[in-house]
Amino acid sequence: MCRTEPGRTKYIVCNGDEGDPGAFMDRSVLEADPHSVIEGLVIGAKAIGAHQGFVYVRSEYPLAVKRLKIALKQSEEYGLLGHNILDTGLNFNIDVVQGAGAFVCGEETALLASIEGRVGRPRQRPPYPSEKGLWGKPTNINNVETWANVPMIILRGAKWFSSIGTKTSKGTKIFSLVGKINNTGLVEVPMGISMREIIYDIGGGIPKGKEFKAVQTGGPSGGCIPKSLLELPIDYESLTKAGSMMGSGGMIVMDEETCMVDVARYFINFTQEESCGKCPPCRMGTKHMVYVLDRITQGEGKDGDIKLLHNLAENVKLSSLCGLGQTAPNPVLTTLKYFQREYEAHIKEKRCPALVCKNLISYTIDAELCGGCTICAKNCPSDAISGEPKKAHTIDQVKCTKCGICISVCPPKFNAVKKVSPTLI
Amino acid sequence: MKKIDKVLKKYDYKSSRIIQILNEIQEIQNYLPKHVLEYVSRQLKLPLSSIYSIATFYSAFSLKPRGKHLVTVCMGTACHVRGAPAVLNRLEEKLKIKSGDTTVDNRFTLKTVNCLGACALAPIVVVDDEYHGQTTVNKVDQLVQNYEKD
Repeated sequence: MCRTEPGRTKYIVCNGDEGDPGAFMDRSVLEADPHSVIEGLVIGAKAIGAHQGFVYVRSEYPLAVKRLKIALKQSEEYGLLGHNILDTGLNFNIDVVQGAGAFVCGEETALLASIEGRVGRPRQRPPYPSEKGLWGKPTNINNVETWANVPMIILRGAKWFSSIGTKTSKGTKIFSLVGKINNTGLVEVPMGISMREIIYDIGGGIPKGKEFKAVQTGGPSGGCIPKSLLELPIDYESLTKAGSMMGSGGMIVMDEETCMVDVARYFINFTQEESCGKCPPCRMGTKHMVYVLDRITQGEGKDGDIKLLHNLAENVKLSSLCGLGQTAPNPVLTTLKYFQREYEAHIKEKRCPALVCKNLISYTIDAELCGGCTICAKNCPSDAISGEPKKAHTIDQVKCTKCGICISVCPPKFNAVKKVSPTLI
Repeated sequence: MKKIDKVLKKYDYKSSRIIQILNEIQEIQNYLPKHVLEYVSRQLKLPLSSIYSIATFYSAFSLKPRGKHLVTVCMGTACHVRGAPAVLNRLEEKLKIKSGDTTVDNRFTLKTVNCLGACALAPIVVVDDEYHGQTTVNKVDQLVQNYEKD
C-alpha cells in the first residue's frame, strides 16, 4: 500500500515496543539476531522506496538497544546500510529510538507519535500509517518478528513459507511459554499445533505435579483458555473464537494455585494504569472494573457484581478508541465465561478457592504435622508465631500479616503450614 | 550543565528527540531536576508544559530524586503467578515505603515494572543493574540487608 502512495518521502518502522507482560520473543530476536531485522527492513525499504527507517525499542530492554546499535554499525561498515547499498542505488539509514515505559506505544499510531517526540497517544484510523504516518508521510510499520521473517521468505519463497501452518494462518509462530511450567522459554512451532502439545510435549507440563488450570494468551488484550479447550489448534481464528487472541504470542500457564479473579484484576489493573486517558470509555471503564474486582478479591463483593462487570466490559469493548481499550475487557470476559464459579465463591462465600486473595485466606499450622523445629517462628517478621521447640506452633491471626514466609520456610518433611479460606477471623 | 549541553548537541537540538534527551539526562542526573528541564525548554524552544507532559506520561521518567539503590520489582504475568505480589508486599513492609517512594535515609527507591522479559527467572527483582532471579518472599530480607551495608 505504501509503495503506491505518492510522494518521495516514505518511512519504514519496526515496532519493538514489546509491552505484553510475559512475552519476550522480540527481545530475544533483537538481542540474538538483530541482523535479520535489519535485513528485513532493508528489503522493505527497497520495496516501498523509503530512505529512512526507525526501530523503536522499549526502555526495559537496554541490552537489545546496545546490540542493535552494534549490528547497525557493522551493517554500515559492510555497505549494507547507508549510501548506494550494494550498488543498487538504494540509500537507506536506520535510527534506533528508545521508548520510555508506556505500554500504549505498542499501538502503531501512538508509537509514531512517540518517535516524533510527542506523548504516545493513539489517534483515530483511518488514515492508516500507510497513507499518513510519521510526520504525515506514508509509513510502513511492522513488528520485529514480522521483519525477521522477511529475509527467509524472500530467500526460500512464499510457497515454502505458506506450506507451513494452517489454511488461514501461515508459517510458524514464536510463543513465549512462561508461568507455572517446567520448561520456561521461547518455542517456535507451526501454526495449528494444539495447546496440549505445546504445554505438555514441549513445555514438560506443570511443576510439582500440580493440576493445569488455564493458559493466558495474547497478553492484557487476550483471554484465559481453560482446560476443556486443551486440544484447541492454535491459529489466529480459533484463539479469537475462544475469546482470546494470538497477540504477540505470550502464553502464561496457570495451575490450581492461580486465582482467576485475581488474574482478571491483575490485567484490568494493568490496562487501567497504561490507558493513555484520551477516550473516556477506556479511561473510566477500566477504572470502574478495577474498583469492582478489587472489591470482590477483598471479600466485599456484592450480588449483581458479575452482571455489572459484564456490562462494563461490553461497553468498554464497543466504544473505546484504540486496540488497548477495545481488547482490555477480554481477560475479564473469558474468566467470567469459563470460571464464573470462582467469582461466585469470592462474592457469596467470601472464599478464594485457589488460596491467593490475601483478605480471604488465613495461614494456620497443622498441629499433627508440626515438628516444632522453630524455623517459621524465627523467620516470621511480625512475631506472630509462638510455640516451644519440638512442640506444635501456633499462628496469632491478629498479628499475622499474611506475608507467606512461614509456608515457604517450613521444611518439606513437615509441610505443616497451610492456607485456608475463608479466613479464620 | 556542560553534560546537558553535550546531550542536546548529540541530538542536534531537535525537539523531536526530546524522549531520547530526557532518557540520557535521567541517566546522568538519576532523575529530571526542575532547573534542568527549564534549561532544556529554553534551549530547544519547547514549552515547559510539553516537556512536563512527556515526563509525566512515560513511566521511565522521575521528577523526584531517587535513592542510592533502585529496587525494581517485575510485575509481569509470569512473575505475578509465581508470587511477585507477595515479594512486593514484603519489600514495602521491610523498607517501610510504598512502591514509587524513596526511604527517608535516601538509600532505597522502590518501583515496579510491567515486564523485563526475563520470565524464566520469575519472580525477579532488579537492584540497580543486578538481576536477582527466583526472588521468593523469604529471600527479600536477606536481599535488602546485602545492600544496606554499602
